[in-house]
Amino acid sequence: MSFLEVLYFIVPTSIAYAAPLILTAIGGVFSERSGVVNIGLEGLMVMGAFVGIVFILAYADVFGGWTPWIALLVAMLVSAIFSVMHAVASVSFRADQVVSGVAINMLGIAIALFSVKMMFGKGQTDFIQQKIPRVNIPLLQDIPVIGPMFFKSVYGTSVLAILVAVIAWFVIYKTPFGLRLRSVGEHPMAADTMGINVTKIRYTAVIISGGLAGIGGAIYSQTMTGDFGHATINGQGFMALAAMIFGKWHPIGAMGAALFFGFAQALAISAGSISFIENVPTVYFYILPYVLTILALAGFIGKANAPKANGVPYIKGSR
Amino acid sequence: MSNRVIKILVPAISIILGLLVGAVVMLFSGYDPVAGYIALWNGIFGDSYAIGETIRQISPYILAGLAVAFAFRTGLFNIGVEGQLMVGWFASAYVGAAFELPMYIHLPFALLAAAVAGALWGLVPGILKATLRVHEVIVTIMMNYVALHVVNALIKTVSGGSYKTDKIQPTASLRSEFLSNLTDYSTLHYGIFVALGMVIVMWFILEKTKTGFELKSVGFNENASQYAGMNVKKNIILSMVISGAFAGLGGAMEGLGTFGSMTNQGGFTGIGFDGIAVALLGANAPLGIIFGASLFGSLKYGANNMPNAAGIPLEIVSIVIALIIFFVACGYIIRVGLQRLNKKKEAK
Repeated sequence: MSFLEVLYFIVPTSIAYAAPLILTAIGGVFSERSGVVNIGLEGLMVMGAFVGIVFILAYADVFGGWTPWIALLVAMLVSAIFSVMHAVASVSFRADQVVSGVAINMLGIAIALFSVKMMFGKGQTDFIQQKIPRVNIPLLQDIPVIGPMFFKSVYGTSVLAILVAVIAWFVIYKTPFGLRLRSVGEHPMAADTMGINVTKIRYTAVIISGGLAGIGGAIYSQTMTGDFGHATINGQGFMALAAMIFGKWHPIGAMGAALFFGFAQALAISAGSISFIENVPTVYFYILPYVLTILALAGFIGKANAPKANGVPYIKGSR
Repeated sequence: MSNRVIKILVPAISIILGLLVGAVVMLFSGYDPVAGYIALWNGIFGDSYAIGETIRQISPYILAGLAVAFAFRTGLFNIGVEGQLMVGWFASAYVGAAFELPMYIHLPFALLAAAVAGALWGLVPGILKATLRVHEVIVTIMMNYVALHVVNALIKTVSGGSYKTDKIQPTASLRSEFLSNLTDYSTLHYGIFVALGMVIVMWFILEKTKTGFELKSVGFNENASQYAGMNVKKNIILSMVISGAFAGLGGAMEGLGTFGSMTNQGGFTGIGFDGIAVALLGANAPLGIIFGASLFGSLKYGANNMPNAAGIPLEIVSIVIALIIFFVACGYIIRVGLQRLNKKKEAK
């Protein structure tokens, strides 16, 4: 393959891989900015991936071409409801948020697999016929070089993901809700004194993160695998968590990190056919996102500071 | 109600709640929960074969639980047990297959290799935590995935492109004909004694040595320990290393005992994550861990009987285990409930 052909293949693939990561990572940004650690992203994504596939299989005849999009909405709803469990545990019951997140992860995959076996009598679902359509963006696709790279046969969901990132930036940094969200995550007692309902904000944030992770999971299963099984998500949620940290808890930063991790995954699957890196073992590309995150945390790529009250339950009246 | 009673009641109530909700789930999905739990019971205690396999399953759970608990005692949350266990598994399988030595050298050598591999995997987050204050939870999660991909790549390299390492030499095997015959030809192996031995080691380190006192002290209050002249950094690193070594030995249970080799792993084994459940339920105490590992190990193995005997997907047990962790994590609310109940009684 020539260099340009390689780019024409890798760039769209990277963006396709990045879309679910972007959405889930931004969900993580909402939750952690409010002070609730959400390790449960993986489980929430699994739930979304499962619902996204099953809904399409069940209702493809009813909704026709709109099914994948409605499936995304349903996946969002189910994961949002599922995330209430994490909110109740970590906000109201003062549970260890990491432990609760671990429980959510285990529960997500267990419920999904249990349901799959119940419905299909085997370890994975059937393949879906209705897929997220790829679209050509008019005018932009005619630009030489960049056109075919970014604007030809892109998934509608990739556009959605980038839109959500911009909206999330606006909500977190330019609206009263965003200011409250950040203040609750930095200093809940001060926020409480100013009349902000800490509990309500934190519940909202966790539920938003659940909804976004649900969409992310559904996009992943619909665009990447086409069915749902035990290994469908396999770490994408944790990679989104990594993207969130690598992006320093900022929506646009998280999007950038997610795009980069998407690139690493695309490189790993296509490294064999690219002449100048075909001799590099693929394992290096697989571990790249994780190693980079560790390095980022170690401060080699600028200091990454978590919200100050992250992971600490707020107890009224205690100092 | 004394503190001690409440400490025992919280996990007990969590287990009961977990099993109850599991029953409700079965009921709503159109299965018979009574038949399901009977099948589960028979899967665990049905015959001597089942008992042997159950005990075999418990051994890695004890070690995974020890690993999580040991780090917990120093105030560290080691979610990386899964990855440490995998590198330990690979190291033991590799050493077991690649060398030809007499048994009394080979077996300890293979076990040691597993422990060292796990310890190295724990060393990285330990150093980062101690020197740069990087949160160990995220680093260990990332190390899990690094372990998964690296181990798979190593299996491919070592086996010359295949998906499985060579079978280990009999001199490195934990397999035991005696135990196997005793339990109707199950795969029960000597690993359970290694695991129980390590429980004693953990108890000894924590309760009987100066190092253990320092480790616990750092877990209670870093600043006070520093002020008292303890080397906090050294203790944090040491705790992660020992924790990783326990996890690596857990991998050796699979490599030298159950499987005798390592195949390409499509995903995580789950033992490391269940280790968190074991440690939580066992309140990070040696005896508690044996209890927690016995419970979760039995549930996990017994679940295999559920699809055949009752037609219920075995994932129901994973749901129950996850729920038990969830309820233990919500221990605060259970404690509040118990105290209210107590006050009412006293008022009467």
